[in-house]
Amino acid sequence: MSGDEVALSSDEDVVRARHVTRRLAVEAGLRLVDQTKLVTAVSELARNTVIHGGGGVLTAGLVHDGPRTGVRVTCQDEGPGIADLDRAFQDGYTTGNGLGLGFGGARRLVHDFDVRTAPGQGTTITVVRWG
Amino acid sequence: MTTPTPSPADALLSAVLLEDSAVLLTAWAAALDRQFAGARDVADAERECGRLLTAVGRELRADPAIPPRGSTRWEPLRDVLVELSRDCAQAGLSPSETATLVFLLKQPLFDRLRERAAESAGGAEGLTDALWAATTFVDELGLESFDAYLRSREDIIRRQQDELLELSTPVVKLWTGILAVPLIGTLDSARTQVVMESLLEKIIETDAPMAIIDITGVPTVDTLVAQHLLKTVAAARLMGADCIISGIRPQIAQTIVHLGLDLSDVTTKASLADALRVALDRSGYEVRKIGRPA
Ligand SMILES: Nc1ncnc2c1ncn2[C@@H]1O[C@H](COP(=O)(O)OP(=O)(O)OP(=O)(O)O)[C@@H](O)[C@H]1O
Ligand SMILES: [Mg+2]
Repeated sequence: MSGDEVALSSDEDVVRARHVTRRLAVEAGLRLVDQTKLVTAVSELARNTVIHGGGGVLTAGLVHDGPRTGVRVTCQDEGPGIADLDRAFQDGYTTGNGLGLGFGGARRLVHDFDVRTAPGQGTTITVVRWG
Repeated sequence: MTTPTPSPADALLSAVLLEDSAVLLTAWAAALDRQFAGARDVADAERECGRLLTAVGRELRADPAIPPRGSTRWEPLRDVLVELSRDCAQAGLSPSETATLVFLLKQPLFDRLRERAAESAGGAEGLTDALWAATTFVDELGLESFDAYLRSREDIIRRQQDELLELSTPVVKLWTGILAVPLIGTLDSARTQVVMESLLEKIIETDAPMAIIDITGVPTVDTLVAQHLLKTVAAARLMGADCIISGIRPQIAQTIVHLGLDLSDVTTKASLADALRVALDRSGYEVRKIGRPA
Protein backbone atom coordinates (compact mmCIF):
# COMPACT_ATOMS: atom_id res chain seq x y z
CA MET A 1 0.00 0.00 0.00
CA SER A 2 1.39 3.38 -0.98
CA GLY A 3 1.41 5.59 2.06
CA ASP A 4 0.26 9.09 2.80
CA GLU A 5 1.01 10.20 6.32
CA VAL A 6 -0.56 12.90 8.44
CA ALA A 7 0.53 13.69 11.98
CA LEU A 8 -2.54 14.15 14.15
CA SER A 9 -2.35 16.62 16.99
CA SER A 10 -4.76 19.47 16.29
CA ASP A 11 -8.02 20.50 14.65
CA GLU A 12 -6.15 21.53 11.52
CA ASP A 13 -4.63 18.07 11.31
CA VAL A 14 -8.11 16.57 11.25
CA VAL A 15 -8.93 18.86 8.33
CA ARG A 16 -5.74 17.68 6.60
CA ALA A 17 -6.68 14.05 7.28
CA ARG A 18 -10.01 14.64 5.56
CA HIS A 19 -8.33 16.22 2.55
CA VAL A 20 -5.87 13.35 2.11
CA THR A 21 -8.70 10.82 2.42
CA ARG A 22 -10.90 12.71 -0.03
CA ARG A 23 -8.10 12.84 -2.59
CA LEU A 24 -7.45 9.10 -2.32
CA ALA A 25 -11.17 8.33 -2.49
CA VAL A 26 -11.42 10.28 -5.73
CA GLU A 27 -8.31 8.52 -7.03
CA ALA A 28 -9.83 5.13 -6.15
CA GLY A 29 -12.90 6.04 -8.16
CA LEU A 30 -15.32 6.03 -5.22
CA ARG A 31 -18.71 7.56 -5.89
CA LEU A 32 -19.57 10.81 -4.14
CA VAL A 33 -21.69 9.06 -1.47
CA ASP A 34 -18.88 6.60 -0.73
CA GLN A 35 -16.31 9.40 -0.63
CA THR A 36 -18.46 11.30 1.83
CA LYS A 37 -18.99 8.28 4.06
CA LEU A 38 -15.31 7.44 4.18
CA VAL A 39 -14.20 11.03 4.75
CA THR A 40 -16.73 11.42 7.56
CA ALA A 41 -15.60 8.17 9.21
CA VAL A 42 -11.97 9.28 9.02
CA SER A 43 -12.90 12.67 10.43
CA GLU A 44 -14.37 10.90 13.48
CA LEU A 45 -11.47 8.52 13.97
CA ALA A 46 -8.82 11.19 13.47
CA ARG A 47 -10.55 13.47 15.94
CA ASN A 48 -10.75 10.64 18.47
CA THR A 49 -7.01 10.14 18.00
CA VAL A 50 -6.45 13.83 18.75
CA ILE A 51 -8.91 14.15 21.63
CA HIS A 52 -8.92 10.75 23.35
CA GLY A 53 -5.63 9.28 22.13
CA GLY A 54 -3.53 12.36 22.87
CA GLY A 55 -2.44 12.65 19.25
CA GLY A 56 -1.01 10.16 16.81
CA VAL A 57 -0.56 9.52 13.15
CA LEU A 58 -2.76 8.69 10.19
CA THR A 59 -1.62 6.62 7.24
CA ALA A 60 -3.74 6.23 4.15
CA GLY A 61 -3.42 4.59 0.77
CA LEU A 62 -5.14 2.67 -1.98
CA VAL A 63 -5.77 -1.07 -1.70
CA HIS A 64 -6.62 -3.56 -4.40
CA ASP A 65 -8.49 -6.81 -4.26
CA GLY A 66 -8.97 -8.37 -7.65
CA PRO A 67 -10.95 -5.85 -9.67
CA ARG A 68 -11.88 -3.81 -6.60
CA THR A 69 -10.06 -0.68 -5.51
CA GLY A 70 -10.54 0.82 -2.09
CA VAL A 71 -9.01 3.24 0.36
CA ARG A 72 -7.48 2.04 3.58
CA VAL A 73 -6.89 4.45 6.45
CA THR A 74 -5.18 3.76 9.74
CA CYS A 75 -5.29 6.00 12.82
CA GLN A 76 -2.75 5.13 15.44
CA ASP A 77 -2.04 6.59 18.86
CA GLU A 78 -0.08 5.71 21.98
CA GLY A 79 -2.83 6.96 24.26
CA PRO A 80 -4.73 5.28 27.11
CA GLY A 81 -6.39 2.69 24.86
CA ILE A 82 -10.03 1.64 25.08
CA ALA A 83 -10.84 -0.66 27.99
CA ASP A 84 -14.40 -1.50 27.06
CA LEU A 85 -14.81 -1.63 23.30
CA ASP A 86 -18.47 -2.61 23.35
CA ARG A 87 -19.30 0.45 25.35
CA ALA A 88 -17.20 2.69 23.13
CA PHE A 89 -19.22 1.47 20.15
CA GLN A 90 -22.49 2.26 21.89
CA ASP A 91 -24.29 5.30 20.51
CA GLY A 92 -24.34 8.03 23.09
CA TYR A 93 -21.41 6.72 25.15
CA THR A 94 -18.74 9.36 25.66
CA THR A 95 -16.05 9.98 28.23
CA GLY A 96 -15.60 13.49 26.86
CA ASN A 97 -18.24 16.01 25.95
CA GLY A 98 -19.09 14.80 22.49
CA LEU A 99 -22.28 13.15 21.30
CA GLY A 100 -20.74 9.70 21.70
CA LEU A 101 -21.62 8.79 18.13
CA GLY A 102 -18.33 9.05 16.25
CA PHE A 103 -16.81 5.66 16.96
CA GLY A 104 -19.87 3.50 16.32
CA GLY A 105 -20.89 5.75 13.44
CA ALA A 106 -17.49 5.40 11.78
CA ARG A 107 -17.85 1.62 11.88
CA ARG A 108 -21.20 1.86 10.08
CA LEU A 109 -19.72 4.12 7.41
CA VAL A 110 -16.99 1.75 6.19
CA HIS A 111 -16.76 -1.82 4.94
CA ASP A 112 -13.86 -3.14 7.03
CA PHE A 113 -13.17 -1.93 10.54
CA ASP A 114 -10.34 -3.32 12.63
CA VAL A 115 -9.44 -2.17 16.16
CA ARG A 116 -6.33 -3.03 18.11
CA THR A 117 -6.36 -1.57 21.57
CA ALA A 118 -5.68 -2.39 25.20
CA PRO A 119 -5.58 -0.27 28.32
CA GLY A 120 -2.32 1.64 28.35
CA GLN A 121 -1.31 0.20 24.97
CA GLY A 122 -2.67 2.84 22.65
CA THR A 123 -5.23 2.40 19.89
CA THR A 124 -4.84 1.47 16.24
CA ILE A 125 -7.88 1.50 14.00
CA THR A 126 -7.79 0.48 10.36
CA VAL A 127 -10.72 0.99 8.04
CA VAL A 128 -11.35 0.26 4.38
CA ARG A 129 -14.05 1.49 2.11
CA TRP A 130 -14.26 -0.19 -1.28
CA GLY A 131 -15.40 1.41 -4.49
CA MET B 1 29.56 53.49 35.93
CA THR B 2 32.59 52.59 33.86
CA THR B 3 32.38 50.72 30.62
CA PRO B 4 34.95 47.96 30.13
CA THR B 5 37.63 48.76 27.58
CA PRO B 6 36.64 47.27 24.24
CA SER B 7 38.95 44.95 22.32
CA PRO B 8 41.19 46.71 19.73
CA ALA B 9 39.09 45.16 16.98
CA ASP B 10 35.82 46.47 18.47
CA ALA B 11 37.46 49.85 19.00
CA LEU B 12 38.50 50.05 15.35
CA LEU B 13 35.09 48.93 14.10
CA SER B 14 33.35 51.30 16.50
CA ALA B 15 35.44 54.22 15.31
CA VAL B 16 34.57 53.54 11.68
CA LEU B 17 30.86 53.11 12.37
CA LEU B 18 30.78 56.26 14.48
CA GLU B 19 33.04 58.67 12.68
CA ASP B 20 32.72 57.52 9.08
CA SER B 21 28.98 56.94 9.03
CA ALA B 22 28.39 59.57 6.34
CA VAL B 23 30.95 57.96 4.02
CA LEU B 24 29.54 54.52 4.77
CA LEU B 25 26.00 55.59 4.01
CA THR B 26 26.96 57.14 0.66
CA ALA B 27 28.84 54.02 -0.40
CA TRP B 28 26.05 51.75 0.89
CA ALA B 29 23.39 53.72 -1.00
CA ALA B 30 25.50 53.55 -4.15
CA ALA B 31 25.78 49.77 -3.77
CA LEU B 32 22.01 49.54 -3.33
CA ASP B 33 21.41 51.54 -6.48
CA ARG B 34 23.77 49.28 -8.42
CA GLN B 35 22.00 46.19 -7.11
CA PHE B 36 18.35 47.23 -7.23
CA ALA B 37 17.98 50.41 -9.29
CA GLY B 38 15.56 50.07 -12.13
CA ALA B 39 14.09 46.86 -10.75
CA ARG B 40 12.94 48.11 -7.35
CA ASP B 41 12.23 51.41 -5.69
CA VAL B 42 14.52 51.29 -2.67
CA ALA B 43 14.32 54.98 -1.71
CA ASP B 44 12.42 54.23 1.51
CA ALA B 45 14.77 51.40 2.38
CA GLU B 46 17.74 53.75 1.88
CA ARG B 47 16.26 56.16 4.38
CA GLU B 48 16.05 53.30 6.88
CA CYS B 49 19.70 52.44 6.18
CA GLY B 50 20.57 55.96 7.31
CA ARG B 51 18.44 55.54 10.41
CA LEU B 52 20.13 52.21 11.12
CA LEU B 53 23.59 53.78 11.04
CA THR B 54 22.36 56.58 13.28
CA ALA B 55 20.96 54.04 15.75
CA VAL B 56 24.20 52.06 15.67
CA GLY B 57 26.14 55.29 16.31
CA ARG B 58 23.93 56.15 19.27
CA GLU B 59 24.62 52.76 20.90
CA LEU B 60 28.37 52.91 20.22
CA ARG B 61 28.72 56.42 21.62
CA ALA B 62 27.39 55.10 24.93
CA ASP B 63 29.50 51.95 24.79
CA PRO B 64 32.05 51.15 22.04
CA ALA B 65 31.51 47.40 22.36
CA ILE B 66 29.49 46.04 19.42
CA PRO B 67 25.97 45.20 20.71
CA PRO B 68 25.29 41.47 20.46
CA ARG B 69 22.01 40.33 18.92
CA GLY B 70 19.29 39.78 21.50
CA SER B 71 20.78 42.18 24.06
CA THR B 72 18.98 45.28 25.33
CA ARG B 73 21.36 47.45 23.32
CA TRP B 74 20.32 45.54 20.20
CA GLU B 75 16.65 46.49 20.54
CA PRO B 76 16.83 49.95 18.92
CA LEU B 77 18.63 48.36 15.96
CA ARG B 78 15.96 45.68 15.69
CA ASP B 79 13.24 48.34 15.67
CA VAL B 80 14.85 50.07 12.70
CA LEU B 81 15.30 46.72 10.92
CA VAL B 82 11.59 45.99 11.38
CA GLU B 83 10.81 49.25 9.57
CA LEU B 84 13.41 48.51 6.94
CA SER B 85 12.05 45.06 6.19
CA ARG B 86 8.55 46.49 5.94
CA ASP B 87 9.73 49.04 3.37
CA CYS B 88 11.53 46.28 1.49
CA ALA B 89 8.41 44.10 1.48
CA GLN B 90 6.38 47.03 0.17
CA ALA B 91 8.96 47.62 -2.56
CA GLY B 92 8.51 44.00 -3.60
CA LEU B 93 11.79 42.63 -2.26
CA SER B 94 11.89 39.04 -1.05
CA PRO B 95 13.21 38.14 2.42
CA SER B 96 16.59 37.13 1.00
CA GLU B 97 16.82 40.30 -1.10
CA THR B 98 16.13 42.25 2.07
CA ALA B 99 18.99 40.51 3.87
CA THR B 100 21.20 41.07 0.81
CA LEU B 101 20.41 44.77 0.99
CA VAL B 102 21.77 44.81 4.53
CA PHE B 103 24.80 42.68 3.56
CA LEU B 104 25.72 45.35 1.00
CA LEU B 105 27.00 47.40 3.93
CA LYS B 106 29.94 44.99 4.18
CA GLN B 107 32.04 46.22 1.27
CA PRO B 108 32.00 49.90 2.31
CA LEU B 109 32.67 48.89 5.89
CA PHE B 110 35.62 46.67 4.93
CA ASP B 111 37.05 49.42 2.70
CA ARG B 112 36.94 51.97 5.51
CA LEU B 113 38.43 49.53 8.03
CA ARG B 114 41.34 48.87 5.69
CA GLU B 115 41.92 52.57 5.09
CA ARG B 116 41.85 53.32 8.81
CA ALA B 117 44.23 50.49 9.59
CA ALA B 118 46.64 51.80 6.97
CA GLU B 119 46.46 55.32 8.41
CA SER B 120 47.33 54.36 11.97
CA ALA B 121 50.66 52.99 13.00
CA GLY B 122 50.32 49.34 14.03
CA GLY B 123 46.68 49.36 12.97
CA ALA B 124 47.22 46.42 10.66
CA GLU B 125 47.46 43.88 13.46
CA GLY B 126 43.90 44.58 14.67
CA LEU B 127 42.58 44.56 11.11
CA THR B 128 41.81 40.85 10.70
CA ASP B 129 39.90 40.75 13.95
CA ALA B 130 38.07 43.95 13.09
CA LEU B 131 37.05 42.53 9.70
CA TRP B 132 35.77 39.44 11.45
CA ALA B 133 33.83 41.54 13.99
CA ALA B 134 32.41 43.60 11.12
CA THR B 135 31.26 40.61 9.10
CA THR B 136 29.67 39.03 12.18
CA PHE B 137 27.88 42.26 13.04
CA VAL B 138 26.52 42.84 9.53
CA ASP B 139 25.49 39.17 9.27
CA GLU B 140 23.46 39.59 12.43
CA LEU B 141 21.84 42.76 11.13
CA GLY B 142 20.97 40.97 7.89
CA LEU B 143 19.54 37.94 9.64
CA GLU B 144 17.49 40.17 11.91
CA SER B 145 16.00 41.90 8.87
CA PHE B 146 15.26 38.49 7.35
CA ASP B 147 13.47 37.35 10.52
CA ALA B 148 11.62 40.65 10.83
CA TYR B 149 10.43 40.27 7.25
CA LEU B 150 9.07 36.78 7.92
CA ARG B 151 7.48 37.87 11.19
CA SER B 152 5.66 40.71 9.50
CA ARG B 153 4.45 38.35 6.80
CA GLU B 154 3.12 35.94 9.42
CA ASP B 155 1.34 38.84 11.09
CA ILE B 156 -0.29 39.75 7.80
CA ILE B 157 -1.41 36.17 7.21
CA ARG B 158 -2.80 35.90 10.71
CA ARG B 159 -4.68 39.17 10.31
CA GLN B 160 -6.08 38.02 6.98
CA GLN B 161 -7.19 34.75 8.54
CA ASP B 162 -9.01 36.61 11.27
CA GLU B 163 -10.66 38.83 8.72
CA LEU B 164 -11.63 35.81 6.67
CA LEU B 165 -13.14 34.25 9.74
CA GLU B 166 -15.54 37.14 10.01
CA LEU B 167 -15.95 37.71 6.31
CA SER B 168 -16.98 34.17 5.58
CA THR B 169 -19.79 34.12 8.08
CA PRO B 170 -22.18 36.87 7.07
CA VAL B 171 -25.65 36.81 8.50
CA VAL B 172 -28.02 38.13 5.87
CA LYS B 173 -31.61 39.21 6.07
CA LEU B 174 -33.61 37.39 3.40
CA TRP B 175 -36.96 38.87 4.26
CA THR B 176 -38.55 40.70 7.14
CA GLY B 177 -38.07 38.38 10.09
CA ILE B 178 -36.05 35.81 8.12
CA LEU B 179 -32.27 35.58 8.58
CA ALA B 180 -29.84 33.28 6.79
CA VAL B 181 -26.21 32.22 7.30
CA PRO B 182 -24.63 30.55 4.31
CA LEU B 183 -21.75 28.46 5.67
CA ILE B 184 -18.85 27.67 3.40
CA GLY B 185 -15.85 25.44 3.97
CA THR B 186 -14.54 23.71 7.02
CA LEU B 187 -16.45 24.29 10.21
CA ASP B 188 -13.50 24.25 12.56
CA SER B 189 -14.28 25.16 16.13
CA ALA B 190 -13.13 28.77 15.92
CA ARG B 191 -15.27 29.57 12.92
CA THR B 192 -18.35 27.75 14.20
CA GLN B 193 -18.12 29.78 17.37
CA VAL B 194 -18.09 32.99 15.34
CA VAL B 195 -21.05 31.87 13.24
CA MET B 196 -23.05 30.90 16.26
CA GLU B 197 -22.39 34.18 18.02
CA SER B 198 -23.08 36.42 15.06
CA LEU B 199 -26.30 34.59 14.26
CA LEU B 200 -27.54 34.86 17.84
CA GLU B 201 -26.58 38.54 17.99
CA LYS B 202 -28.42 39.25 14.78
CA ILE B 203 -31.49 37.40 16.06
CA ILE B 204 -31.59 39.66 19.11
CA GLU B 205 -30.86 42.76 17.07
CA THR B 206 -33.57 42.17 14.47
CA ASP B 207 -35.99 40.20 16.61
CA ALA B 208 -36.25 37.70 13.76
CA PRO B 209 -38.42 34.68 14.43
CA MET B 210 -36.83 32.57 11.63
CA ALA B 211 -33.23 31.71 10.79
CA ILE B 212 -31.91 29.50 8.01
CA ILE B 213 -28.49 27.88 8.39
CA ASP B 214 -27.36 26.81 4.94
CA ILE B 215 -24.65 24.15 4.82
CA THR B 216 -24.51 23.68 1.04
CA GLY B 217 -20.88 24.80 1.15
CA VAL B 218 -19.83 22.48 3.98
CA PRO B 219 -18.25 19.33 2.54
CA THR B 220 -18.30 17.15 5.66
CA VAL B 221 -20.90 16.95 8.38
CA ASP B 222 -19.51 14.86 11.21
CA THR B 223 -20.52 14.64 14.86
CA LEU B 224 -18.59 17.78 15.78
CA VAL B 225 -20.25 19.89 13.09
CA ALA B 226 -23.61 18.39 14.00
CA GLN B 227 -23.06 19.16 17.64
CA HIS B 228 -22.28 22.80 16.83
CA LEU B 229 -25.33 23.07 14.60
CA LEU B 230 -27.62 21.51 17.22
CA LYS B 231 -26.28 23.83 19.91
CA THR B 232 -26.89 26.85 17.70
CA VAL B 233 -30.42 25.72 16.94
CA ALA B 234 -31.10 25.15 20.65
CA ALA B 235 -29.72 28.55 21.62
CA ALA B 236 -31.73 30.28 18.88
CA ARG B 237 -34.82 28.51 20.08
CA LEU B 238 -34.28 29.84 23.60
CA MET B 239 -34.27 33.29 22.09
CA GLY B 240 -37.54 32.66 20.36
CA ALA B 241 -36.23 31.94 16.87
CA ASP B 242 -36.91 28.83 14.83
CA CYS B 243 -34.03 27.44 12.74
CA ILE B 244 -34.11 25.60 9.46
CA ILE B 245 -30.98 23.79 8.27
CA SER B 246 -30.74 23.74 4.49
CA GLY B 247 -28.28 22.36 1.98
CA ILE B 248 -28.44 18.76 3.16
CA ARG B 249 -27.38 17.04 -0.06
CA PRO B 250 -28.23 13.34 -0.62
CA GLN B 251 -24.73 12.10 0.29
CA ILE B 252 -24.79 14.12 3.50
CA ALA B 253 -28.25 12.85 4.40
CA GLN B 254 -27.12 9.23 3.98
CA THR B 255 -23.98 9.78 6.01
CA ILE B 256 -25.88 11.50 8.81
CA VAL B 257 -28.22 8.51 9.08
CA HIS B 258 -25.30 6.05 9.36
CA LEU B 259 -23.58 8.20 11.94
CA GLY B 260 -26.72 7.94 14.01
CA LEU B 261 -27.24 11.69 14.22
CA ASP B 262 -30.74 12.65 15.19
CA LEU B 263 -31.86 15.83 13.48
CA SER B 264 -35.56 15.04 13.80
CA ASP B 265 -36.00 18.00 16.14
CA VAL B 266 -34.85 20.37 13.46
CA THR B 267 -36.46 21.28 10.18
CA THR B 268 -34.06 20.31 7.41
CA LYS B 269 -34.31 21.06 3.70
CA ALA B 270 -32.31 20.07 0.66
CA SER B 271 -31.89 23.59 -0.68
CA LEU B 272 -31.90 27.17 0.52
CA ALA B 273 -34.85 27.85 -1.80
CA ASP B 274 -36.90 25.13 -0.11
CA ALA B 275 -35.97 26.52 3.29
CA LEU B 276 -36.98 30.04 2.28
CA ARG B 277 -40.34 28.78 1.08
CA VAL B 278 -40.96 27.09 4.45
CA ALA B 279 -39.82 30.19 6.33
CA LEU B 280 -42.10 32.46 4.30
CA ASP B 281 -44.96 30.07 4.76
CA ARG B 282 -44.49 29.97 8.54
CA SER B 283 -44.26 33.74 8.63
CA GLY B 284 -47.62 33.98 6.94
CA TYR B 285 -46.48 34.91 3.44
CA GLU B 286 -47.76 33.32 0.30
CA VAL B 287 -45.55 33.05 -2.78
CA ARG B 288 -47.20 32.77 -6.17
CA LYS B 289 -46.64 33.68 -9.76
CA ILE B 290 -48.52 36.72 -11.00
CA GLY B 291 -49.48 37.91 -14.44
CA ARG B 292 -51.49 35.01 -15.66
CA PRO B 293 -55.20 35.04 -14.77
CA ALA B 294 -56.47 31.77 -13.36
N1 LIG C 1 -8.33 6.66 20.14
C1 LIG C 1 -8.97 6.52 21.31
N2 LIG C 1 -8.26 6.41 22.47
C2 LIG C 1 -8.89 6.28 23.65
N3 LIG C 1 -10.24 6.29 23.80
C3 LIG C 1 -10.99 6.38 22.69
C4 LIG C 1 -10.41 6.52 21.39
N4 LIG C 1 -11.41 6.60 20.49
C5 LIG C 1 -12.57 6.53 21.20
N5 LIG C 1 -12.32 6.40 22.51
C6 LIG C 1 -13.33 6.27 23.59
O1 LIG C 1 -14.57 5.90 23.03
C7 LIG C 1 -15.59 6.85 23.40
C8 LIG C 1 -16.61 6.94 22.32
O2 LIG C 1 -16.05 7.53 21.15
P1 LIG C 1 -16.97 8.35 20.15
O3 LIG C 1 -16.15 8.84 19.04
O4 LIG C 1 -18.14 7.49 19.82
O5 LIG C 1 -17.53 9.52 21.06
P2 LIG C 1 -16.84 10.92 21.42
O6 LIG C 1 -15.57 11.09 20.70
O7 LIG C 1 -16.78 10.99 22.90
O8 LIG C 1 -17.92 11.96 20.87
P3 LIG C 1 -18.26 12.27 19.34
O9 LIG C 1 -19.63 11.79 19.12
O10 LIG C 1 -18.18 13.75 19.20
O11 LIG C 1 -17.27 11.56 18.50
C9 LIG C 1 -14.83 8.12 23.68
O12 LIG C 1 -15.54 8.98 24.51
C10 LIG C 1 -13.55 7.58 24.32
O13 LIG C 1 -13.76 7.28 25.68
MG1 LIG D 1 -15.41 10.90 18.67
